[in-house]
Amino acid sequence: MKRLLIYLKNYRKELILGPFFKLLEAVFELIVPVVMAKIIDRGIAFHDRGYIIRMSFLIAGLGACGLGFALTCQYLAAKCAYGFGTELRRDLYKHINSLSFSSIDKAGASTLVNRLTNDTNVVQNGVNMFIRLAVRAPFLVIGAAVMAIMIDAKLSLVMLAAAPLISFVIFIIMRKTVPMYKKAQQKLDRAALLTRENIEGTRVIRAFSRQKEEVERFDKAVDEIAESSEAVGRISAVLNPFAFMVMDLGIVAILWFGGVRIDSGRLTQGELTAFTNYMTQILLALVVLANLIVTFTKAFASANRISEIFALQPEEDGGDPPKKMQSGSSMIEFRNVSFSYETAGDMSLRGISFSIRRGQMLGMIGGTGSGKSTLARLIPCFYKATEGKVLVGGTDVNELDPDELRRSIGIVPQKSVLFSGTLRENMQWRKPQASDDEIISALRTAQAWEFVSKLPDGLDTRVSQGGKNFSGGQKQRLSIARALVGSPDIVILDDSTSALDYATDLALRHALREDMAGTTIVMISQRTTSLKESDLIIVLDDGEAAGIGTHEELVRTCEVYSEIYRSQMNEKEEA
Amino acid sequence: MTKTLMRVFRYAKPYMLYFVLTVVFAALGVALSLAVPIFIGNAVDCCAGRGKVDFDGLKKIVSELAVIVVLSALFQWMMSFCTNKLAFRTVRDLRADVFAKLERVPVKYIDSRTRGELTSRVINDTEIISDGLLQGFTQFFSGVITIIGTLAFMMSINFKIAAVVVMLTPLSFIAASKITKASHDSYMKQSALRGEMVSLAEEMAGNQKLVRSFVYGDRAEERFDKINREYGKIGTKATFFSSMTNPTTRFVNGLIYAAAGFLGAMGAAGFFPFIGVMTVGKLSSFLAYSNQYTKPFNEISGVFAELQNAVASAQRVFDVLDEEEVPDDSDKLVLTDCTGDIKLENVCFSYVPEVKLIEDFCLDVRSGQKVAIVGPTGCGKSTIINLLLRFYDIRSGKISVSGHDVQDITRDSLRSSFGMVLQETWIFTGTVAENIAYGVPGASREEIIAAAKAVYAHGFIKRLPQGYDTIVSENSGLSQGQKQLICIARIMLMDPPMLILDEATSSIDLRTEQRIQKAFAKLMQGRTSFIIAHRLSTIKNSDTILVMKSGSVIEQGSHDELIHRGGFYAELYNSQFAT
Repeated sequence: MKRLLIYLKNYRKELILGPFFKLLEAVFELIVPVVMAKIIDRGIAFHDRGYIIRMSFLIAGLGACGLGFALTCQYLAAKCAYGFGTELRRDLYKHINSLSFSSIDKAGASTLVNRLTNDTNVVQNGVNMFIRLAVRAPFLVIGAAVMAIMIDAKLSLVMLAAAPLISFVIFIIMRKTVPMYKKAQQKLDRAALLTRENIEGTRVIRAFSRQKEEVERFDKAVDEIAESSEAVGRISAVLNPFAFMVMDLGIVAILWFGGVRIDSGRLTQGELTAFTNYMTQILLALVVLANLIVTFTKAFASANRISEIFALQPEEDGGDPPKKMQSGSSMIEFRNVSFSYETAGDMSLRGISFSIRRGQMLGMIGGTGSGKSTLARLIPCFYKATEGKVLVGGTDVNELDPDELRRSIGIVPQKSVLFSGTLRENMQWRKPQASDDEIISALRTAQAWEFVSKLPDGLDTRVSQGGKNFSGGQKQRLSIARALVGSPDIVILDDSTSALDYATDLALRHALREDMAGTTIVMISQRTTSLKESDLIIVLDDGEAAGIGTHEELVRTCEVYSEIYRSQMNEKEEA
Repeated sequence: MTKTLMRVFRYAKPYMLYFVLTVVFAALGVALSLAVPIFIGNAVDCCAGRGKVDFDGLKKIVSELAVIVVLSALFQWMMSFCTNKLAFRTVRDLRADVFAKLERVPVKYIDSRTRGELTSRVINDTEIISDGLLQGFTQFFSGVITIIGTLAFMMSINFKIAAVVVMLTPLSFIAASKITKASHDSYMKQSALRGEMVSLAEEMAGNQKLVRSFVYGDRAEERFDKINREYGKIGTKATFFSSMTNPTTRFVNGLIYAAAGFLGAMGAAGFFPFIGVMTVGKLSSFLAYSNQYTKPFNEISGVFAELQNAVASAQRVFDVLDEEEVPDDSDKLVLTDCTGDIKLENVCFSYVPEVKLIEDFCLDVRSGQKVAIVGPTGCGKSTIINLLLRFYDIRSGKISVSGHDVQDITRDSLRSSFGMVLQETWIFTGTVAENIAYGVPGASREEIIAAAKAVYAHGFIKRLPQGYDTIVSENSGLSQGQKQLICIARIMLMDPPMLILDEATSSIDLRTEQRIQKAFAKLMQGRTSFIIAHRLSTIKNSDTILVMKSGSVIEQGSHDELIHRGGFYAELYNSQFAT
């Protein structure tokens, strides 16, 4: 929480002046009924023409001033809230950008997006409403009560009895309906899920001729929505009529007891009119106050969620001062490396040691969950080795500047993701100023130039979000090309050729070898043929190296590898 | 617009009673609540001053007022109650109809729309109709009654002052509409910017790991900061504009109040004889009305904006409902005892008439034969599935199954003769058992387990937290291979005479893959099978191989024939041995 208050510091002026102006408006608003009472009691009673004229102009004047004050406040509130929100979002995003990978894992990507877009908006709205109403609404309630007490303390007892009753009902209904609204929302989410699944599975559903059952399932879901919405509607519909009824009955009581007080001369007719006005004002302010409480509760919850993100650890900056990579003999070296994820208890990697030189190719093979991707993630220091040492360019990765390290590595993730923008912009991710020639050469190596060159707009082709306008194989090749732009020292391909057919896969491997001679390639694959020419292959089995060596060595000595190889070769021999 | 509106109201027809009651209760509730100031005014008039209070009159007025207050609250509650029922049930019917419609439109229609778009029509647009049209209508209706009612009461109290108030009304209207327009414009700009910001955040923060790998952070921050600052600027403006409405209308109302107060007071004091007789009580009720009179104007202009929104949403929903449906074929032949013979004669097909795809394609598959479909990624292998299962219809030629032209058979019976396992698995949210029993809803637990065992899926299912009763979904953490095994078990249970299988290319580890291979082999025993094949063993063992490239079949024959021919297939095949 404290963390967020800092962002209000620059807006002290607005935070004080805003509510102050709003207060002035409220004061003026409270004066109007008094003035009207005076018109009745003095102007009409004593036939004072000048007084009536003066007082009428006073009411209009009070209104004009009120308008001025209110607009000033609204402006200050908007300025403060959005200024606060903008700075908060900027810093939150900066912080997200500095998080370590374990922190990102802990939070989850969708959470980060939600905090950054939704929660900041909720807090921003909270600040806006705070300035606009937090002072005004309670002030109107208290002010109207005080004015009423000043007119007639005894008669105001009616008001003092009605107000808590109304507050209580508002409170009870809100407490009951908030979880019900949530439930109705969940039902709606479920119907949305059903719809999405149904559209995704159109072919399967029709193949099974299950349309009728799907419709019945959905009918049940919408019935439930209707039911729970009606249930919450029944209760929340009570709120307004009941609150107004209590208020009106309060007025009824005031009229009766007021009559008694007037008869005994303790109250005037005009004051009675004013009294009923204050009663109305209190009720309206109470309703605003109730909504305000909801807004604040939401804002506080969001603020806490944002604070949680701020509390996550940023990544360390490497050695001080960060060391440089050396042009030594080994490009990547693991020395007895073990690793476990913070969230998991078990070791994901155990006692891995190997070394690979510049320009060589390292292959990795093994079942799902054997630790291939984990091993690859230690090279750019996304995670720090739990035990042992990872060296890149002869230097411990922990002592390198992480950005510097990553700039020398091109990574192709398992899942190809492209970003909205032009193809050129996507290709410039690794190297911001990459020329078209550099990009085209990377596309050629990645076997992507063939189809890119046929696109009517070439490199200016728009990529839609997630790269939806490209096929799986095309996306994969583009994502490979993106990592190759600017010839990095190391390229990591994490099972990134699965959507390519054999011929393209082969051509890619040839091109990588020829065009990227000085680059160390780390290739994870399920196919032994793809890894055959690697200078070194690591066979991973449940986090341990079941074998390290060249293809020929492994076929002879490593049981796991030769089993995989044989089963894949069998097919070919059969063929 | 009126047409769309009428159509929405037609949907509300079964709930006409609620509609009528809503209108009646709204009228009664508003009318009674409007009577309140009159009674208050009369009560005030009973209390002329010290010792001059008419207690008998006061007592009568006060007790009548209490009854009116309670009744008015009751009516307003009943009005909300009826509106809720009307709105929620109408939207319920509308949703069910749109959803059912999606089951009847051609697959082509669904293919040509994004998932999000269709889902939003079923879920969000219908919600907007409910909020904007039905609930908006009640608001609009009570607003109009309030205006008419207050006006009538004011006129009954004093016609001349009421006329002045009416003359001042446009002031409030103009102010409100001017502000609404200004704030609407900047609000639209703000929400467009917000959309931009959210999608940037989704791309960047959602792919945070990629951003870090490419050291793109600084550039991402720069892009975010630019939108963020712009959003802050526009947002300040939009919020300020929209927050002007209340104070401004309060001010205008204040002016009207002052004018009414001035005229009334002058009248009551006897300075303006032309105004007529005016008492203090009457003045106070008049003032109360003039206060209430202006309020609905703001609400109504808000309702109009929402109404426009709702009509647009309704139009989108009706667009779906008006889509052409797959023609009814229940009078056609129901395919039983399917032999598994399939014959394609001179089939021509293309998705777009201008781009020719499949021309004069012939294929004769006898019961129990295997057809492998091969070709590079994106060559249009799924087109064959679309045609065999009649998701799309051919342009000319003839496809016959078991000796019957598929045009003469019901779609449902044709489709249920095929078992289909696609690479994009489809697991719906439900238990594993429900997912397996999808094609045979009445299947017993024993049958389900037997099917799972037959395709080597029993082992991993047993190890799930709740075994066969574990709730799974597309994103519930099952591996791709496991999801595929469940889909295969689904077909095993259904036991169809013909199969369409898509071999997985995605990263499945060796053991699971071997299991899937075995499962496929088991499934194919004695069944006519079409396999979108990636595995050499599958391809080689097929009776016929269809080689596809850029959408059309370019070669066709057995493995040996094709190798002999030395065409595209031979090239593709040989590339696997090269290193």
